[in-house]
Amino acid sequence: MAEAKRAASPINRPLSPHLTIYRLQLTSATSILVRITGNALIVAALLIIWWFVAAATGPAAFARADYVITSWFGKLVLLGSMLALWYHLLGGIRHLIWDSGRMLDVKKSEQFGIVMLAGSVVLTILTILIL
Amino acid sequence: MAYLTDRKRAVGMGSAKTGTAHHWQMMVTSVALLGLIPLFLFTFGHIVGAPYAAVVAYYARPFPAIVAGLTFLVGAIHFRSGVQVLIEDYVHGFARKALIIAMICLSYTAAATGLFAIARIAL
Repeated sequence: MAEAKRAASPINRPLSPHLTIYRLQLTSATSILVRITGNALIVAALLIIWWFVAAATGPAAFARADYVITSWFGKLVLLGSMLALWYHLLGGIRHLIWDSGRMLDVKKSEQFGIVMLAGSVVLTILTILIL
Repeated sequence: MAYLTDRKRAVGMGSAKTGTAHHWQMMVTSVALLGLIPLFLFTFGHIVGAPYAAVVAYYARPFPAIVAGLTFLVGAIHFRSGVQVLIEDYVHGFARKALIIAMICLSYTAAATGLFAIARIAL
């Protein structure tokens, strides 16, 4: 069926370059990072919800969740997630700007990509300083 | 199949289904989260690590509790739709449908669990 369809099509369409031979660009890299950070945030979300459930359950359950979330591993997950959260938020702003029909050229998209990369680090450090 | 025109072969294969509603929902939830996320980050970040009594007293207050509740709810809807696009891009066939359903269930379960916890602490 698939072969028959392809043979019947008179148009020889260009194929997109395969991922393994595609040079990584700032626009594609920052875009993929938005997807990775957004989906990875489920880990921190579930960890935080567990902490809330533990607080609602009682002192003994809270002590267990608090031990995990304030351990070096828990802190590492929260710190990494905060960086991912700020990056994803900035990426979301870029999407909203794009959706309004602005900044659609490569140069401005790349500039905002640098803002996302640097801005997420700056905002993470600022958050730690404020908290 | 050989007698079909190119247009006839393409009809029904592409978009014009529920993509617009999906995109609009992502826009609305992302704008909402633009406000909610910094509020949640600073309220949760302020109290995490504090003793049990302090945490329970803090989330019995309306502002931190409502911020956390809204973040769980809107965040779950945003994740639900976002992860669906991820699955649609990389997983095919039966596994695609099964995974999308599983992640929708996970999203709403997480939101409901979080909201229940907040309600129990606050009330």
